[in-house]
Amino acid sequence: MTDTTALLEVRDLAVYFRGAAGVARAVDGVSFFVDKGETVALVGESGSGKSVTALSLLRLIDPPGRIEPGSVIRFEGTDLLALDEERMRQLRGRRIAMVFQEPMTALNPVFTVGDQVAEVARIHEGASRADAWKRAVQMLARTGIADAERRARDYPHQLSGGMRQRVLLAMALLLSPALVIADEPTTALDDTIQAQILDLLRTLQQETGSAVLLITHDFGVVAEMAQRVLVMYGGQVVEAAPVRTLFAAPAHPYTAGLLRAMPRIGSRRTRLDAIPGTVPPATAWPSGCRFRDRCAHEWEKCASEAPVPIEVAPGHVARCHLVSDPARRAAANLAGAPT
Amino acid sequence: MSDASTALVRARDLTRHFAVGGGLFRKPSNPIRAVDGVSLDIARGETLALVGESGSGKTTTGRMLLHLERPTSGTVTFDGTDLASLDAKSMRALRRRMQLVFQDPFGSLNPRMTIGDTVKEGLLIHHLAEGAAADARTRALLDEVGLRPEWADRYPHEFSGGQRQRVGIARALSVGPDFIVLDEPVSALDVSVQAQVINLLMELQRQRSLTYLFIAHDLSVVEHMADRVAVMYLGRIVELATRDAIFAEPLHPYTQALRSAVPVADPNVRARRIVLAGEPPSPANPPSGCPFHPRCHHPAKDESCARLVPPLEEKAPGRLVACFKQPPSSVSWEAQQAAGGTRAPTLHLPVLATDARPA
Ligand SMILES: Nc1ncnc2c1ncn2[C@@H]1O[C@H](COP(=O)(O)OP(=O)(O)OP(=O)(O)O)[C@@H](O)[C@H]1O
Ligand SMILES: Nc1ncnc2c1ncn2[C@@H]1O[C@H](COP(=O)(O)OP(=O)(O)OP(=O)(O)O)[C@@H](O)[C@H]1O
Ligand code: SF4
Ligand code: SF4
Ligand SMILES: [Mg+2]
Ligand SMILES: [Mg+2]
Repeated sequence: MTDTTALLEVRDLAVYFRGAAGVARAVDGVSFFVDKGETVALVGESGSGKSVTALSLLRLIDPPGRIEPGSVIRFEGTDLLALDEERMRQLRGRRIAMVFQEPMTALNPVFTVGDQVAEVARIHEGASRADAWKRAVQMLARTGIADAERRARDYPHQLSGGMRQRVLLAMALLLSPALVIADEPTTALDDTIQAQILDLLRTLQQETGSAVLLITHDFGVVAEMAQRVLVMYGGQVVEAAPVRTLFAAPAHPYTAGLLRAMPRIGSRRTRLDAIPGTVPPATAWPSGCRFRDRCAHEWEKCASEAPVPIEVAPGHVARCHLVSDPARRAAANLAGAPT
Repeated sequence: MSDASTALVRARDLTRHFAVGGGLFRKPSNPIRAVDGVSLDIARGETLALVGESGSGKTTTGRMLLHLERPTSGTVTFDGTDLASLDAKSMRALRRRMQLVFQDPFGSLNPRMTIGDTVKEGLLIHHLAEGAAADARTRALLDEVGLRPEWADRYPHEFSGGQRQRVGIARALSVGPDFIVLDEPVSALDVSVQAQVINLLMELQRQRSLTYLFIAHDLSVVEHMADRVAVMYLGRIVELATRDAIFAEPLHPYTQALRSAVPVADPNVRARRIVLAGEPPSPANPPSGCPFHPRCHHPAKDESCARLVPPLEEKAPGRLVACFKQPPSSVSWEAQQAAGGTRAPTLHLPVLATDARPA
């Protein structure tokens, strides 16, 4: 659904990579929105198109990848795909910031972390060298780095993984951007450090009022952080729902399957309900429904006709033929997470 | 705790130091004490999980149990035999009984070998089968781990992460081991595939009476797989207990924090977190006394924690914990006071609760 007041609105986004192995339809018809200040989780398995979606929002897709004609990305009312490169550059970092999974590759090894945070203020706000440094140290302190004045003079390799991720958050949130895209920001971290970083992200977000698009494959992180969830499979959003609805009453067999496959503390089972098979390569999605070779509920229609997003309830959309077939849907008896 | 008669693997006071040279910006420093006095028993047929943060020494411990890494000091006994006492030939014979499955399904397979040859290699090296018999065994092994036997001629790049992990498991099984070190075997896999591999590992264990050391990050996977759990911190075991004890009532302050940090996959609740102060210290420069003291949240933590090294001791039958502020302890209150202690030991059991999450 589109909302005229949405901060970010993405419609029919398609990103293809043309290579020797054929056309990889990495993102293929993705539509969603993010409202001001909210946290939306983007979940899905490896190769489902999460990172490509995120990078295309910043127009950081390099050849042989291409954002296909017909795609729409509207941010704060502006059509991002129509902006010239200069205006796009101004937007990146200032209004839309990105945090990556592996902070070591996102940071420059030959500059101190303080310089790298300060650089953001200098580029975007023309702050003087001294002012920018002061702001950088303040921001680093806000992210909970002890002795920030001294730590700012350290090089990335001198910091722990958790501290590097704090530095990236400092850079991302320095200018209070309207949208922060965080691509698996805690996947590489230990649980105790992950808890600290997620806490920090929540706190900073409250201070800056930024919206967050949080990419993860961990449903625990989804449950803790998000108000709404987008589930991706095969380059498409197969289900979108408020977080409680998604966990309690998933409408897509893939979502239901993921929720049941996950081991969780306090609900020990002798066998986990695995989803059979694996994600096919982006060059070879099955015809019709892209999930059908792994779906327990598929029938003829699933092979002959590609499902389109259908509203299950207000704010809850799923891309599955079951939604429009109440009898089959009742028989499929999709359950949420086991308790 | 397993007793001596049933322990298949037994480690005593294992230590492994790594020398580190001077880096670009650093002076040469102390050796890294990657593993620092680890003792454990693994009973036949059980799964002992080894958890702890990155760099705590889990992989190094696992490799020493397999004799792939020489201990700086300490002993490993496998089925009653001290590994250090073996000559190369006897070691090679024993090697067949202990295997390793790696975390990285991409890096651990030779890209130039077909998966069939990878699985068959062990059979040939250990003279377990040759020629057509080896091929038949290979196909049976692929089938056993859920791969199609006719895929034997394909190369690793043609397979997904989960399938490659199955190849790694088939390779380990090929020689008919009793004991397998599983070093984060599902950490790199997606949830749906991870569940397939966990089911496979548990089934194989039942059918073949395997003994596992299961190294993991993810506590929810550990709760599913493990019989007992050892928690490592900076090269030492700080708690070792049955799975139920570790999850219901962790006693070491680090285990308590780790347990509370697991994200809860239920949007209606919010976990009550024990937030640790500071950053994990470096094993090249470990804190004095209790290695956990700079981050510890125990209300009785005091000066003595920075001076005395807490022994790993039994707090209840089968429950080993390295914290002298959790009574009972062989480090008396008097001894703690003599080391500057000001807060008497008191049992600290933070409630691992969840609160309703605000809408
Ligand atoms: N530069 C590229 N050239 C060709 N194909 C690409 C390229 N980048 C991504 N792809 C393909 O696009 C698909 C989606 O990739 P993407 O990185 O978005 O997945 P993801 O959901 O972020 O997965 P992960 O959880 O592993 O990060 C994959 O099949 C990938 O192979
Ligand atoms: N060959 C080596 N040379 C030098 N240091 C090493 C070597 N192998 C391991 N270390 C160091 O020993 C410590 C323990 O490493 P180990 O790999 O056992 O940890 P781990 O618990 O398995 O961590 P992870 O969860 O990241 O796999 C680390 O500080 C590591 O850097
Ligand atoms: S459309 Fe058919 S195959 Fe696809 S998820 Fe729905 S039921 Fe399964
Ligand atoms: S000995 Fe002291 S510092 Fe160590 S865990 Fe116990 S209370 Fe904490
Ligand atoms: Mg990605
Ligand atoms: Mg390791």
